[in-house]
Amino acid sequence: MFDTFKAAAETAKAEVWRFHTTEAAVSFLAGFLSENGVADAPQATALCAGGDWLSPEIRSRLAAVPGVRFGVTREGAAEAKFGISFMEWALADTGTLAQDATPVERRLVSSLVKIHIAFVPAAGLLPDLPSLLKRVNPKKAAYLALITGPSRTADIERVLTIGVHGPERLIILVIDDLPPPP
Amino acid sequence: MQTAFKSSVQSALHNANLTGALGKFSEAYKVNRAKAYEAIDFEALRSVIADRKSYAATHLDELAARFTENAIALGAHVFRANSPEQAKSYILKVAQDHGVKTVVKSKSMASEEIHLNAALEAGGCTVSETDLGEWIIQLAGQRPSHMVMPAIHMTKEEVSDLFSKEVEERLTSDIPRLVNVAREALRPKFLAADMGISGGNIAVAETGSIVLVTNEGNARLATTLPKIHVALVGIEKLVADFADVAPILQALPKSATAQALTSYVSIITGPVPNTDGTPKELHIVLLDNRRSEMAADPQFRQALQCIRCASCLNVCPIFRLVGGHVFGKVYTGGIGTILTAWFDALKASEDIQGLCIQCGACKEVCPGKIDIPGLIMELRRRLVKEQGMPFIQKAIFSAVNNRMLFHGMLRAASIADKPFVKGSFIRHLPMFLASLTDGRSLPAIAAEPFRSRFKKIKQPSCKERAVFFAGCLIDFAYPEMGEALVRILNKAGIEVLFPDAQTCCGAPARYSGAYEVAAQNAVDNIEALLSDEAAYVVSACPTCTAALDREFEQVFESLGRRDQIAQARALAAKTIDFSTLVERLVNEGCLTLREGRALGAVTYHDSCHLKRTLRAEQAPRRLLRKAGYDVKEMFECDTCCGMGGSYSLKLPEISAPMLARKLKNICDTGAGTVAMDCPGCVMQIRGGFDQADRTVQVRHTLELLDEALAD
Repeated sequence: MFDTFKAAAETAKAEVWRFHTTEAAVSFLAGFLSENGVADAPQATALCAGGDWLSPEIRSRLAAVPGVRFGVTREGAAEAKFGISFMEWALADTGTLAQDATPVERRLVSSLVKIHIAFVPAAGLLPDLPSLLKRVNPKKAAYLALITGPSRTADIERVLTIGVHGPERLIILVIDDLPPPP
Repeated sequence: MQTAFKSSVQSALHNANLTGALGKFSEAYKVNRAKAYEAIDFEALRSVIADRKSYAATHLDELAARFTENAIALGAHVFRANSPEQAKSYILKVAQDHGVKTVVKSKSMASEEIHLNAALEAGGCTVSETDLGEWIIQLAGQRPSHMVMPAIHMTKEEVSDLFSKEVEERLTSDIPRLVNVAREALRPKFLAADMGISGGNIAVAETGSIVLVTNEGNARLATTLPKIHVALVGIEKLVADFADVAPILQALPKSATAQALTSYVSIITGPVPNTDGTPKELHIVLLDNRRSEMAADPQFRQALQCIRCASCLNVCPIFRLVGGHVFGKVYTGGIGTILTAWFDALKASEDIQGLCIQCGACKEVCPGKIDIPGLIMELRRRLVKEQGMPFIQKAIFSAVNNRMLFHGMLRAASIADKPFVKGSFIRHLPMFLASLTDGRSLPAIAAEPFRSRFKKIKQPSCKERAVFFAGCLIDFAYPEMGEALVRILNKAGIEVLFPDAQTCCGAPARYSGAYEVAAQNAVDNIEALLSDEAAYVVSACPTCTAALDREFEQVFESLGRRDQIAQARALAAKTIDFSTLVERLVNEGCLTLREGRALGAVTYHDSCHLKRTLRAEQAPRRLLRKAGYDVKEMFECDTCCGMGGSYSLKLPEISAPMLARKLKNICDTGAGTVAMDCPGCVMQIRGGFDQADRTVQVRHTLELLDEALAD
């Protein structure tokens, strides 16, 4: 199912990585952020929504990277370059990520930034949309968000252009040791 | 047709940006759509959608009430607006009650339908469209030309001019740069806006949810950053259950833009937290605007099964030539014609319904399974009923309905057109008729029609009999095709009968909305064709075959003449198209194709009625291959050639470029012969090659088989 997901997500121009452990994913992430110019300065910060899926040790390792912040505000998100969030599910056939985005920080870090990095449990892989919709109760997830690849448009001369109002890159980290979504 | 409408068609046809962009898109769309649906059973999927949407259309009030109850229980405000005025004043009041100064909007066709922006601006709000295409249109002060791609008619240079003015900086026409300009110009508007307005692709009664489908991410920002969210949703977007969301979401992006799924789908169920922790002020406006009346109309109810994917625009061979602006209203293309007739008035569809050539391409791809061409025909019928037919048209059809007069006129024409005939073609007609031979020669009317020639044919004694329905073109323009058919059936041991009382199949009248005339044609033909005992009624014209096989019944049904339906069915039961019959005879061993012959390359043009009404497009291909032809498929083999019966006479300026495209696709195969099963297509394509001075043989399948059958 992961291979199908990866192929579909890459077709939608997302970047997909798989890790056995959250620790390995966070090491990768620290390197990725540095390479892409994370810094404790406007337009260069990385904002992490929640973070309860990380153990305290791993969380403090990530927090040690200069420019990485955990408290999400509207203003902070508007000037962040990177947004990091947890997404509960991945749909194999379309390469889609899904999350309960009712907590507003989850929406802010995935909609205002240039680069969105999503932590996804391998246990959250589902075959398709119908299997997701059977699992979620919209009355308990007021803002159900589905994300497939980066923001895109073809409104000028039908030329596909990536990154309009949302992120121009979507980095997906599929992780084996994250617990399955409830 | 109104002259203003004709001139808007003319200017669209001469707009190279528009026709270029749409033409390229429509070609790519077909391929990409097929790829997007590769692993999916489209027929099964659209049956589910049609079923769920049809249930909703018959339970609108009940679903609206359930939706309202559920959404209100979660803390949303729901308002059902019967008219555009009610919707506008409600939204304006919400804005004024909350001191709203600025509004950001994500794409909503319903808001365009009611001209919401103008109302809010008149009330003192500043409104910014945020979908890139819609923003371009707003800056240009135009209307969208396509439901999914609003600015497809504009070039990057035009966009760069607009943006340069807006940001007061001279920009180049580099597209990624222009897109970035839009991001940067709109971002502060999102952050400052007091209200976000969205449409809604689906509204779920069971849960009170609104589903938003976008690619750019603007709907996510518009529903997250401002403290007030207003969703304006047409009531036809209601579905009963949350489970109904999945099939619609599976089809919508694939049919709209050939994507597996759009970048973003947001399912919003009740108010969500704002960035300051307060709950969102969520208002959902359910817009009726005559949708309930539509639901109460047994024929038009199915139009509410539309999911607004615009695939009917994308596959339409006319839309890609004229674009959306000629439709004059917010909704465009096939479904737009129908919606305009209801949301505005039947009269508003008078000109635009005439754009439909009835090729049926849209019906094949509609994920809501709407019979769009059928509903456009019904609009035509109602327009004629309400306003009567133009005088000249009426005069023509009353002649067609008088067989003796009609046939007499056709014979007189064969003498009258002599001065214009060159070989077997009319290349130029004088004065106001000149446009009829623009890009296409017309066939000369035969000196002796088939009905006279038939009497001279000596047929062998046969065991079986078949009634031949010639149709006007074979009878009066191509009698040799009729003679070939008699030879072929005689070889199979079938005697051909030709009842003299047969007349026009009624298609021209029906396609003009003159159902009473078509019904009289049906009555006359049923009587003529059933008067002899015969195993088959065979026709070599798919339009006529379709008339005999199903449209007679539909015409009686539409007119409420139920007592005549049994007779129509009796005729339909015997009716068969030429190629299907011949293939059956070959398979039964009654006919034998000469063996071991290599007859060279031939390409095959699918006639609309043979492929999409009769679904018999494989029989001629198999027969041609069996005869020894190498069938080389052309690009867009099943795209209409632009004939469409009287369409090519009413809108020759549209018919001509459709034909030019067809000729090019035929030539590109390199085959020296193109085969087809419809004498109307033969007339159009042969006439086109004659005028283009190209030597491609244009043959009816029966002419090729006539040469290939053993004695």
